[in-house]
Amino acid sequence: MTHEILLAGFGGQGILFSGKFLAYDGLLEDREVSWLPSYGPEMRGGTCNCSIILSDSKIGSPIVSNPNVLVAMNLPSLDKFEASAVPGAKIFVDSSLIDRKVERDDVEVYYIPATKLASDENLPGLANMIMIGHVIAKAGVMPYENVETTMKKLVPAKKQNLIELNIKAVELGYNY
Amino acid sequence: MAEKVLMKGNEALAEAAIMAGCRHYFGYPITPQTEIAAYMAKRMPVIGGTFLQAESEVAAINMIYGAAAAGKRAMTSSSSPGIALKSEGISYLAGSDLPALIINVQRGGPGLGGIQPSQSDYFQATKSAGHGDFKLIVLAPASVQEMVDLTFKGFDLADKYRMPAMLLSDGTMGQMMEPVSLEMGEVKEYDKSSWAACGTKCEREHNVVNSLFIQPEELEKYNFERYERYAQIEANEVMYDEYKMEDAEICIVAYGVAARVSQNAIDKAREQGIKVGMIRPITLWPFPKAVLNAAADKVKAFISVELSMGQMIEDIELATRCKKPVLLCNRVGGMIPTTEDVLNSINKANSVGGDK
Amino acid sequence: MIVFEKPKALADVPLHYCPGCTHGIIHRLVAEVIDELGIEGRTVGVAPVGCSVFAYNYFNCDMIEAAHGRAPAVATGVKRSLPENIVFTYQGDGDLAAIGTAETVHSAARGENITIIFVNNAIYGMTGGQMAPTTLPGQVTQTSPYGRNPEQVGLPVKVCELLSNVDGATYLERVAVNNVKNVKNAKKAIKKAFRNQLEGKGFSLVEVLSTCPTNWGLKPDKALEWLEENMIPYYPLGVYKDKTAEKEDK
Repeated sequence: MTHEILLAGFGGQGILFSGKFLAYDGLLEDREVSWLPSYGPEMRGGTCNCSIILSDSKIGSPIVSNPNVLVAMNLPSLDKFEASAVPGAKIFVDSSLIDRKVERDDVEVYYIPATKLASDENLPGLANMIMIGHVIAKAGVMPYENVETTMKKLVPAKKQNLIELNIKAVELGYNY
Repeated sequence: MAEKVLMKGNEALAEAAIMAGCRHYFGYPITPQTEIAAYMAKRMPVIGGTFLQAESEVAAINMIYGAAAAGKRAMTSSSSPGIALKSEGISYLAGSDLPALIINVQRGGPGLGGIQPSQSDYFQATKSAGHGDFKLIVLAPASVQEMVDLTFKGFDLADKYRMPAMLLSDGTMGQMMEPVSLEMGEVKEYDKSSWAACGTKCEREHNVVNSLFIQPEELEKYNFERYERYAQIEANEVMYDEYKMEDAEICIVAYGVAARVSQNAIDKAREQGIKVGMIRPITLWPFPKAVLNAAADKVKAFISVELSMGQMIEDIELATRCKKPVLLCNRVGGMIPTTEDVLNSINKANSVGGDK
Repeated sequence: MIVFEKPKALADVPLHYCPGCTHGIIHRLVAEVIDELGIEGRTVGVAPVGCSVFAYNYFNCDMIEAAHGRAPAVATGVKRSLPENIVFTYQGDGDLAAIGTAETVHSAARGENITIIFVNNAIYGMTGGQMAPTTLPGQVTQTSPYGRNPEQVGLPVKVCELLSNVDGATYLERVAVNNVKNVKNAKKAIKKAFRNQLEGKGFSLVEVLSTCPTNWGLKPDKALEWLEENMIPYYPLGVYKDKTAEKEDK
């Protein structure tokens, strides 16, 4: 089983962090993992994306050019990557920031107003993890029961409140 | 098996250097290798090592020259335009028979170029990293684990043969994270007392670290001696990896990120019934000539997949004595060939080769 | 009674310098200082590219030959690797004040605990007498055959004055070796520059005004006169910076 995941949005939305979360789970589960960020000037407030591959066999290219899981957290990202997803891919759209629908009809689409949910539930800046929670629920990229362990591995213990908030955000997305 | 951690290639490399005993790092910021300097800046003061941000790449490589001359394991890192500036110092390191490790996390060129991954410094690294007759040991990692293993290996080979080694990486390898084991075994110590400039203690003749030999006979002698050492390296230190070559009729040759993409393409091509495999050079110098030449008697065509306008392809043609056609599959400027790009080349090779 | 003896730190080999060239005097002063401070066994010298390129053959301490202008960077690498050792560079005006300007200024800015002996003879000697950054206005060289024209190539670089504005520098002094009194002063300055390093006080540079009879086209005695009459007025002797004295004052 191989998940080729592309997370895309603005710099500052926590795209790389949420990708790291999935990668860490892969590490803990002893799966083959690769995590590759876009880098350079576009990181400074522009678009940002991150390729994550979780696999049971040796990973070739770490570049996800045809994702089977696509998370779009802004319109430019959906515009740029919608066509690249494989047929049957699962596309996750932050519907509070993207007001158009996915045009393709050969993919499964999930709309979730993650940014609005984050602000309603007082989870500032955690729309990314709400999206990830929903991805876990609908695409099965990692077992839900791993969320707490993985989060604790990724976020240092001294930032206990961040661990709790992140887990809460994942839960929210998972149960949406 | 040691516990694996998830690390960025650049950071894993930096930690590996420290574990290999490197306590002296001199560098200058440039994308996409800056994480190495940042990591060293954080770690070196804690472990009693030296991190120094030099005023230029030129100064940084000369600080490396000083530290290496003093008998210490020293490392610098940069990216393509910065390596060009270091070429003077690299030549002096080679001419003075000094060990050091130089990291090139390549980006697109020429000129200021771009900051995205590239392999267009292949010629620079393997043929002419500076003026004069000399070679660098050139190691090409294709995973974060190899960023670690080859850093360790690079220091060892540099000390063993008293010459500079280069890790030729690219932006992808530097920026990506993969699970990696940092267990690397014993660091082998080399006796440097016969040449290092670290003070005579008034107990021996002075050591002189130098590359100036004004008498042509003498300079020629040193050059010949150095090339005898290079011949030993060519005989003993070639490293490569093979992927599905047992029954291959087409052979891809690729290193670094290009090899990773090629692996995907090979798997897809085999689903279509095309027998294709890969020889992945891990040492670009010494280049795995013998295995390629042997493969040339079995396969019908080669494909050089590289992020350059066709540099390694010349070495493949030389190694195989042009016995079989060598196709080029390339993207440049920071673009990376896709699986489909490589697949198209495989199909082309399948038909071209079929005519023979 | 011993009347004359070669300093121990100076190798017993003939120097290649031209007749009347003052590099020999400066080499001797450096070697005497190394002897007197008893530091030969832990000194590492860095030689430049220029007339004094073969300095690595003349000093008995361990020596490293640097690329043109890069000696302060090389010395930085050595000193950071071997902080207990004494590291000095010996550089000419082209090496230090033209191609190596960045390395000079930044090693001073960092306050590297090294000693630089800067030999200024206002000309490129090894390559046969071309214009140096320190060539005087009007001075004829192979590449300023009508005399250095400041309107075209600007005015000379005054290294001590320049570095005196660099906060990181500890000790800067300009001396000359054209007569006995000045030679004695030069030795005092060189000794202080080494002692500063021994005491961990930071970057010390001694600029030594020197002659080049061959490329100046003068006999050795006339060259000494020319130094006194032309170079010293343009490059006044003296201490340009001494942080150690400032501290003592306080």
